[in-house]
This record gives sequence, structure tokens and C-alpha cells, in this order.
Amino acid sequence: MAKKPLHFRLNGAEKAVFVDEGQNLLDVLRRGVGDLTPKYGCGQGACGTCTVLVDGEPHLSCLTLAEAVEGRRITTTGGLAQGNQLHPLQTAFMENFAAQCGYCTPGMLMAAKALLDRNPSPTRQEVVEAISGNICRCTGYEPIINAILEAAKSRGARQYG
Amino acid sequence: MPVRVETYDRIEDAARALSASRSARFLGGGTLVMRAVNEADQSFDTIIRVRDASLRDIRAEGDRVTIGAGATMSDVIANRELAFLAPVARAVGGPAVRNMATVGGNLFAASPYGDFTAALLALGATVNLAGAVSRGVAIEDFLRDRDRGANALVQSVTVQRPHDASAFRFLKVSRVKPKGVSVMSIAAYLPLSGGRVSGARVAYGAMGPTPVHAVAVERALDGQPLDAAAIERAAAVATEGLDPPTDALASSWYRRQVAGVHLKRLLTAERR
Ligand SMILES: Cc1cc2nc3c(=O)[nH]c(=O)nc-3n(C[C@H](O)[C@H](O)[C@H](O)COP(=O)(O)OP(=O)(O)OC[C@H]3O[C@@H](n4cnc5c(N)ncnc54)[C@H](O)[C@@H]3O)c2cc1C
Ligand code: FES
Ligand code: FES
Repeated sequence: MAKKPLHFRLNGAEKAVFVDEGQNLLDVLRRGVGDLTPKYGCGQGACGTCTVLVDGEPHLSCLTLAEAVEGRRITTTGGLAQGNQLHPLQTAFMENFAAQCGYCTPGMLMAAKALLDRNPSPTRQEVVEAISGNICRCTGYEPIINAILEAAKSRGARQYG
Repeated sequence: MPVRVETYDRIEDAARALSASRSARFLGGGTLVMRAVNEADQSFDTIIRVRDASLRDIRAEGDRVTIGAGATMSDVIANRELAFLAPVARAVGGPAVRNMATVGGNLFAASPYGDFTAALLALGATVNLAGAVSRGVAIEDFLRDRDRGANALVQSVTVQRPHDASAFRFLKVSRVKPKGVSVMSIAAYLPLSGGRVSGARVAYGAMGPTPVHAVAVERALDGQPLDAAAIERAAAVATEGLDPPTDALASSWYRRQVAGVHLKRLLTAERR
């Protein structure tokens, strides 16, 4: 099967890889360029743990044809921390026990980042709406919602992220 | 067998390639096509995509708006000309799905999907097919022939903007809030003339293999004032002539039982 060349920016770094025809972006991120932060849950769009940002907006990487992101900007959870400095969302998730098994966490973080980048002080309802495509089977969602609201507050205070 | 991907720069060329093959699928946002690829669906072996960004254009001319088939639900929500359709687009999936799901793909989505298409049906949209001679077909005709395998590329849809915004109403019924798949969706366009409904158009999503007109409801409302008595009569015939599906979300029986209740809520604008 023919391989196709693909170029994109991943968390600020240029990537050039060969992809299979019909290969999805999640598979290319995990196996092609070794970013294991986006997870595979369902491959159907239902769980949201594969959520990444394409040019800043949340997309389901399991349903994105890899070759369609030629030249685009991809952000994953792997790009959140600055060196040893965690992103305020990551800190807030830890402090609020927003991760139990952690499987949903990368998708939740990306959905939350997209929200806060656009809307730095969301209401609780807006947070619920923003993560409505992401399933968590452990936490009951409340700790996640609280973490995102708290990150919004601390980010506002610290002007960071 | 792995899938092949053909990419075209021009819409006409993609349309020609699509119509020449029985085993090709056009790629919109991919929320359904890529799911099928991931599941190794054997009913197609080729994906056809087009780079032409104009497939995503939204253009208003007078009181008509033409929405490119490649426009996403998020594009619809962001467009001021389409404020009347924003609540419909917002009812599709979660934020990531809305950034991907296109208007063109929604026209082909099998039940229980197709909420946006139900609204287009109530609004009497025209579906514009690409090709050597591009042509517009009434959405009813498009949906009737949809599953008969004619592989035509949809370029855009054209809708008339309602003169009176309150004449158009939409309700999606789902069990999971805020994002769940439809038990049913109901779209109603009920223009009033001299206090009476004139030219009622009511459509359901997830109440048939494609979105369908509620013909008996339209008949019950036409020429009537939108009062309690007329709404009661409409609700009584909510599923007349329809054969709602049984799926994982609801049985046909359940859909029949609740359709009248939801229709009444929509018509009395009593929203939850
Ligand atoms: C988690 C999840 C939740 C969802 N929730 C909803 C929901 O609430 N409501 C709803 O209505 N749908 C929902 N969907 C279904 C789907 O996302 C939408 O119906 C969407 O609009 C399909 O568009 P697409 O661009 O992704 O289609 P694609 O997957 O790209 O295509 C779907 C079909 O349409 C054909 N097609 C696409 N564009 C064209 C064109 N221009 N010309 C000819 N053929 C074309 C394709 O060949 C394919 O057969 C959901 C899907 C997922 C995964
Ligand atoms: S793996 Fe992509 S949505 Fe579940
Ligand atoms: S923490 Fe386990 S799925 Fe969310």
C-alpha cells in the first residue's frame, strides 16, 4: 500500500512522517510520531479521550483522516507542560482529584484548554457543555468540572498558560 | 482490504470520480466515514476528498442563504446570517463533533442521526448537486432517492431565511444531557398569515430511515390559529402515517407514545 508524506506542527515542533492511506490522526500521533498522550478508547467518536486541538479547536483524532491535517497545528496533552512547570489545568486536575484511572484525562484536558483559550472565565454550565463529548467512567464529572473552574480562576490570577 | 484515498483540487473532478465509482465515499468531516474505516467496513474501498475551500462557503443573497456542503456545525453557529439554524447545529454531538460534522454529511447520516437535515426539511431547502451541470433538487426528492446508491456530490444547500424568526422552531429529544443522540428531533416552520398558519412544514428526525414530514400534523395545523385546540388535534395525529424505527435508544412503540407530547411542547414553546 502506498505511503503518503505528511507534514504538520505538533506542540510547536515540525513533524514529517509517512502515513498509510486511510490512517487516522490518532494512530499517526501514537505510532507514527510517538506521542502517547492522546488515548484510544472507542474509535467511534463516542468517548472523546482522543481529543486533540487542530488549529486550536477540539477534534476527535480517531475520526480525523491523518492526511487531511497537512500543514495544520496539532496540540496534545504532551504539549501542555512547560518543562517541569505543569499547565494550570494539570495542576488543578491533580488538586481536585479529577483523574482516577486517568484514561479520560487527556481528552478532558484538551477540551478544557480549548474552552479556556476562548473563554477565560466560563460558567459552570459552559464547562459542562465543553466536556459534553468526553466520557468519564470514574469520577462522576464533578471533580473535573471543579478543576476546570479552578484552573480558570488561577489562570486569571497568575496570567499564565 | 485497506481503503484508498483520492484527493482532488476541483469540486467538479471529485464529483466525476464519485459518480464513476460504486465503491467510493466522499469525505466530509469524516465522523461517519472514518468510523466506518476504523471498523473495516467493506462496503467501500475508496475515499474521495476535495481541497477546494469554497465547499465550506456560506453566502447570503437577499432572504436566501446557501450553505456549502463542507460547512461544519460550528461554521453554522458562528455565522450571523444563520442565527435561526444555530440552535439546531448546537444540538449535534459535542464540541469536537460540531467542529468536524458537516452539513453535507448530515444529509446522508442514517437514523437516529440527521437532526440538521430534519430542520432543512422543515425549511424546504434545496439540495444543490455538483457535476457538469449543477442542479438543485427539493430536499424531499433528495431524501427519497438518497439510499438508492446514486453517488452524487452535494455542493451546497439553499434555505429561505424565515421572515419571522419565531415561525421556525426546533426541539431535540435525547436521554443524555447535554449531548445525546436523538430519540427524535422535531422541526416546525409555521408562518402565520392573518393569525392563521399558512403553509405548515413539520419534520421529524429519527422517526424513519431518513428525516420525514409529519404530513398529518401539517394538515391539522394548516389554516388554523396556533391555539390549544389546533395543537391538541395536531398532537393526536403526531405519528399518523409514520413507521418509527426501533433502535438502541428507543422502541418504535415508545417513539409513537411520546411524539405527541414533545410535539405539543414544541408548539406551545414550553421548553424544558
Ligand atoms: C459522537 C457522535 C455524536 C453524533 N451526534 C449527532 C447528533 O447529535 N446529531 C446528528 O445529526 N448527527 C450526529 N452524529 C453523526 C454525524 O457526526 C453527523 O450527522 C454529521 O453531520 C455527519 O457529517 P460528516 O461531515 O462528519 O460526514 P462524513 O462522515 O464525512 O460523511 C457521512 C456520509 O455522507 C457522505 N457525504 C458527506 N459529504 C458529502 C457531500 N458533500 N456530497 C455527497 N456525499 C457526502 C459521505 O460519503 C458519507 O457517506 C454524531 C456522530 C458522532 C461520532
Ligand atoms: S477514541 Fe476517539 S472518541 Fe473514542
Ligand atoms: S478518570 Fe477514569 S475515565 Fe475518567
